[in-house]
Amino acid sequence: MSTATTARVSDGTAVRSWKNPIILSVVALLALLVFALGAPGNDVTFRLSEEGDPVVLPSIVVSAPVIGWIAALAMLALAVLAILRTRSGQKVPTWVPAVFAVLFLIAFLTWVVGSARTPNVALYGLLAGSVTLAVPLIFGSLSGVLCERSGVVNIAIEGQLLFGAFAAAVAASLSGSALVGLVAAAVAGVLVSLVLAVFSIRYVVNQVIVGVVLNVLVSGLTGFLFSAVLSEDAERWNSPPRLPVIEIPLLADIPVIGPILFQQTIVGYLMYVAVAVVYVALYHSRWGLRTRAVGEHPKAADTLGVNVNRMRFLNVLLAGVVAGIGGSFFTLVAVSGFGRDMTAGQGYIALAALIFGRWNPIGAFFAALLFGFATNLSNVLSLLGTPVPDQFLRMLPYVVTVFAVAGLVGRSRAPGASGIPYIKG
Amino acid sequence: MKLELIGITKRFGSLVANDSIDLVVEPGQVHSLLGENGAGKSTLMNVLYGLYDPTEGEIRVDDEPVTFKGPGDAMAAGIGMVHQHFMLVPVFTVAENVALGNETTKAGGMLNLQETRARIRQISDQYGFDVDPDAVVEDLPVGVQQRVEIIKALVRDAEVLILDEPTAVLTPKETDELLGIMAQLKADGKSIVFISHKLREVKAVSDVITVIRRGKVVGTADPGAPTTELASLMVGRSVSLTLDKQPATPGDVTFRVRDLTVQAANGQRVVDGLSFDVAQGEILAIAGVQGNGQTELTEAIMGLQDHVSGSITLGGEELVGRSVKDIIRAGVGFVPEDRSVEGLVGTFSVAENLILNRYDDAPFARGLSMSPSAIEKNADEKIAEYDVRTQSASAAAGTLSGGNQQKVVMAREFSRPLKLFIASQPTRGVDVGSIEFLHRRIVAERDGGTPVIIVSTELDEVLELADRIAVLYRGRLMGIVPGAVSRDVLGLMMAGMPADEALAQAHDVQGGNL
Repeated sequence: MSTATTARVSDGTAVRSWKNPIILSVVALLALLVFALGAPGNDVTFRLSEEGDPVVLPSIVVSAPVIGWIAALAMLALAVLAILRTRSGQKVPTWVPAVFAVLFLIAFLTWVVGSARTPNVALYGLLAGSVTLAVPLIFGSLSGVLCERSGVVNIAIEGQLLFGAFAAAVAASLSGSALVGLVAAAVAGVLVSLVLAVFSIRYVVNQVIVGVVLNVLVSGLTGFLFSAVLSEDAERWNSPPRLPVIEIPLLADIPVIGPILFQQTIVGYLMYVAVAVVYVALYHSRWGLRTRAVGEHPKAADTLGVNVNRMRFLNVLLAGVVAGIGGSFFTLVAVSGFGRDMTAGQGYIALAALIFGRWNPIGAFFAALLFGFATNLSNVLSLLGTPVPDQFLRMLPYVVTVFAVAGLVGRSRAPGASGIPYIKG
Repeated sequence: MKLELIGITKRFGSLVANDSIDLVVEPGQVHSLLGENGAGKSTLMNVLYGLYDPTEGEIRVDDEPVTFKGPGDAMAAGIGMVHQHFMLVPVFTVAENVALGNETTKAGGMLNLQETRARIRQISDQYGFDVDPDAVVEDLPVGVQQRVEIIKALVRDAEVLILDEPTAVLTPKETDELLGIMAQLKADGKSIVFISHKLREVKAVSDVITVIRRGKVVGTADPGAPTTELASLMVGRSVSLTLDKQPATPGDVTFRVRDLTVQAANGQRVVDGLSFDVAQGEILAIAGVQGNGQTELTEAIMGLQDHVSGSITLGGEELVGRSVKDIIRAGVGFVPEDRSVEGLVGTFSVAENLILNRYDDAPFARGLSMSPSAIEKNADEKIAEYDVRTQSASAAAGTLSGGNQQKVVMAREFSRPLKLFIASQPTRGVDVGSIEFLHRRIVAERDGGTPVIIVSTELDEVLELADRIAVLYRGRLMGIVPGAVSRDVLGLMMAGMPADEALAQAHDVQGGNL
């Protein structure tokens, strides 16, 4: 029986869940212990701009213990509120965990920067760096959105990114033009997608298996070509020009926001455009309605004359374009040149961002930003010299990923038919 | 619009699902297709709707031959279909569901849902559907979801509406409303093809009845024909529709349920504080529209559900918290609602399926090995006793027809002394002939002194078997009424009215106050 015909049973009698209050209480107590009682005694400086910038903002200087205590007590208050609401059988308002998370972040930043040898950090740089690191994640998770919303699980994001990176490096090196590299990256992404689509849609092979096999294939292929061809004559094959940063006049000078939004390469701008376009198209266009329908209930779409498998095929190919462009970030923006397995599992993090973002382009965007922030924070902190061991800092993005995907922010619901091939009749 | 099917044959491999079927649907007519489950009604309609290509034959619309490559072509020709399992995207709004495949768009392919909403409101007002275009489909009651399906067809200017078993998921009240809607549509000049195996409904709305048996048209009937005549035409032999069972002689109460609550994974109480007793030698029927907690209740008794609180005792022994195997050992026999998935292992042989609950007992197990001769002997006996139509005891159970599969399940469960027997939808999808047999077997078990619980969404079956009837609505018990209660009372209770109010109101109606 399809879900559509299942009668809803007994709403309004949902049993209260103690999960939220318990998590909040435990975290608040930890915060009290570490951020307040264990606060360093010094001041912490957050720089908003550099001397010599067109607009110079004063730095924010705060006292670590003051912030630690205020934040920890506020978090405790929120935890108590959550307990009281749950006990009286009411729902915990959604703003409670949100405000709690922001407080935690502020307290954590103050504590961790305050404990460093130089308790002084460029906040704008931290944020801008996060966005930069999130670029391939965002492209990757958008690729996942396009596939999974139409009912095809895309584990091959990693392979699409890696092949995109490889193709961009080689094409840009040979042609001497970074833009040619960008186009080649998109084509490479489509090639990976084509294999995924043919096997999972046409030949109904298990989508997860095809995806994993593709990742291994791309890794092996690019690794082989790297050592057999690229390393032999790196000058000719692996020295792509980088994409220039395009500063938008005036807007780029706005403090904090300017570097994030208006000092990007073409790949960075394309990212913002892609998020907006995919979001609007998915929820407000005919293509989006049909895409979501074939991902949720393909039979229903079929009975209304929508060609399910063609729709899925097109979406998977489109996802290849998006992820391929994301891959070009590695060789045309981040560094100049391809390295073996240089995507280092970012495709899987993108998959996590997709789930954390609840299969929604905007959600995936912010989830990817969070992961980018965690990565960048660990980089910046190791430069500042924190007492926390480097290895733990480098775990940060993955710990955040695990908690995020484990449903810390509530259950997310995958498209109904994601991963299920559609066979007519 | 006049619709003709001429000599339609549809084969799947060697199976002939439809055998040169002729059918004419005149404009403004309700044409019923009557036939048992598996008679080929749905296959025929899927051919008509372009989902299957006919092997042979021709479809004519207004005397013009047409071919449908897919549902899109059928819709363009003015044919709309309401499927038995709704074809609605659960997470979409009504408007999105209606627009899908037939979108009105602004520049750049952007949706113009305003226009779709206006169309829905217009149709909704015209027929009194009361459907909100912005409601999310999965939050709507089944009856309203069905109206959304009808709206989908009407928005596409359907002249012929195919309704495939539309009343299977409805409460009696919703069924009446649907029959009213069909009359309105007919008055507007639409033709309706009404597919059903429920004689009462077919007789109530039809202008013409075509009876299909084993893929062939076996005749047409007048809606005024007696029910027994229609039934025997449908089944192919005379059947007795009433089971003459003796009144129950209840003994001691051995099965008690107290404050039973079952929570779903999302915390909803799908069974909510149930308490009832079943005595030895009585049949308690659990009625209700599908999805009101019946499945969870039976699974809770069998130990198949997590998050169960309350108490279930059989002969004084507590069953809650015990393993399924313990519960089976305690003497509980269970026929699950979906026999092909839960009742049988389709790829196992009939003989193996017949011992699934006793595979590790003598005489079937000898130490670590099985005893094939004992298994075979048991199978031969059961196949003879229950008249299971199978090529051999070693045939895969999945190859049997629905009725014969159910006989295998029943035979297995009745093959040992029981202290409680539970059957969920014991005759769903079973041919009329087998229904009779299965019902007699259940009554025989009752007469042997076993407490029996029957879960059924079919009112006919409930009224036929029950000594007492408990009605579930949203996981709650609406009350327990005697087996001889009227349909009206049950209908009201199935829609969520407690027993005492339902009895009072039904009494008023009969008194002519409404």
